[in-house]
Amino acid sequence: TALSPPAPSPLSTTEEKTSYKSVTTYNNFYEFGTDKADPAENAGKMALRPWTLRVEGLANKPRTFDIDELLRLVPLEERIYRLRCVEAWSMVIPWVGFPLAALLKQVEPQGSAKYVEFVSHYDPKIMTRRPVLEWPYAEGLRMDEALHPLTILAVGLYGEVLPNQNGAPLRLVVPWKYGFKSAKSIVAIRLVDKQPATAWNRAAPDEYGFYSNVNPEVSHPRWSQATERRIGEFRKRPTLMFNGYADQVARLYQGMDLQRNF
Amino acid sequence: MAILRHPTSFQIAVIKAALFLLCLLPAVQLALGAYRDTLGANPVEAITHASGEWTLRFLLITLTVTPLRRATGLHWLLRLRRMLGLFAFAYGVAHLFTYLWLDQFFDWMAIALDILKRPFITVGFAALVLMLPLALTSNAFSIRRLGGRRWQSLHRSVYGIAILGVVHYWWLVKADVLAPAVYALLLAALLGVRAWWREQERRRQLAAALPARVPRGKVIPLVPK
Repeated sequence: TALSPPAPSPLSTTEEKTSYKSVTTYNNFYEFGTDKADPAENAGKMALRPWTLRVEGLANKPRTFDIDELLRLVPLEERIYRLRCVEAWSMVIPWVGFPLAALLKQVEPQGSAKYVEFVSHYDPKIMTRRPVLEWPYAEGLRMDEALHPLTILAVGLYGEVLPNQNGAPLRLVVPWKYGFKSAKSIVAIRLVDKQPATAWNRAAPDEYGFYSNVNPEVSHPRWSQATERRIGEFRKRPTLMFNGYADQVARLYQGMDLQRNF
Repeated sequence: MAILRHPTSFQIAVIKAALFLLCLLPAVQLALGAYRDTLGANPVEAITHASGEWTLRFLLITLTVTPLRRATGLHWLLRLRRMLGLFAFAYGVAHLFTYLWLDQFFDWMAIALDILKRPFITVGFAALVLMLPLALTSNAFSIRRLGGRRWQSLHRSVYGIAILGVVHYWWLVKADVLAPAVYALLLAALLGVRAWWREQERRRQLAAALPARVPRGKVIPLVPK
């Protein structure tokens, strides 16, 4: 289904986009299987209507949004972003969505809200029951990261409604962080005062930190992060600090030791 | 059925040729996939994973020959084992070259760092290096030169190599260890049955060596002066 034509954004990259086929058949969505081809095969079982998003926690006006209401709430934009997976591959994806900040504004976060927690949909009837990770999948951002203009909630890609395997109907996109930070198929967003636990950090705390900013200088126990393979390209290319978004986001981490806060 | 019990040399040669082609199939399939671009969004990863899995599979298949032979009494199966082992080595070499060439483009600095810093690459690399002497001595000449006993003890290192291979796979996966766990279980069964045979053999030898009736009472120790 096509979305109403989204407005272009100055925050988009002009790099060559990864093919629609690759974007929609090479996915990490472990609830539907750990092979890259599994989500495209299995995620079709997920029913997208009715779908509600609870925005709760430390807010003056916490509320539950219906997904169709959410789609009309804020004008949709196209954001062509680089996506860098922690597994050292990358893509360029034309997302359709809106800034997370616009949604958070609606619920009026309280001053005590320092972090934002994201909870993904989990239904053992259609998703894996094996405890590959602790379900439901959870992710988190610091409040300033969540409010950053680059941080969006995506509802589509390539001008169309988001395919299930890409995290339909609503997913987070944080382009300067490794892909797993961008939670898929979100059902709840919580404003909290303490750093929330996240799925991958729980599974392997020495491998996946809370921040998980793309950083070629901090090597992962399994992968050197100095280079990456752009899907569709043969030779590897050097990985850029903050995935090439350093100009926009480096100031968020001023004075922080990024080796320790990986 | 007589063929199965006691095949002639010619029949074994035919079986071997057929098995050779069968063992080549995964490689042919990968090559065709690469040529037709049907290996998915990340072909290098697909080739790396497939060649690695086939290395492990051939190691396990090679280790199955002896138990299968003992269970069925089909002793000629032993004559297929060298080829199966060499296929394990060949897929292992393909796996290594995929990594060195298609993945790292012979960036020796990055490769050295990987081998030193990433435990799953350290053990995988070690396993492959350890396979080399086995591949090089997989011929009648080496058996004669080394002598059967030494040759056999050298080739028993395949047990350790297979363990390293499974550990390599286990440490590589991010979260879902189901697939490596299956390999680990199969390998444990294949090594376990050998340990059991060994124990049976030890007991049999002990029983044969000891006199049927152990004399009771005081035993005068014989101490050499």
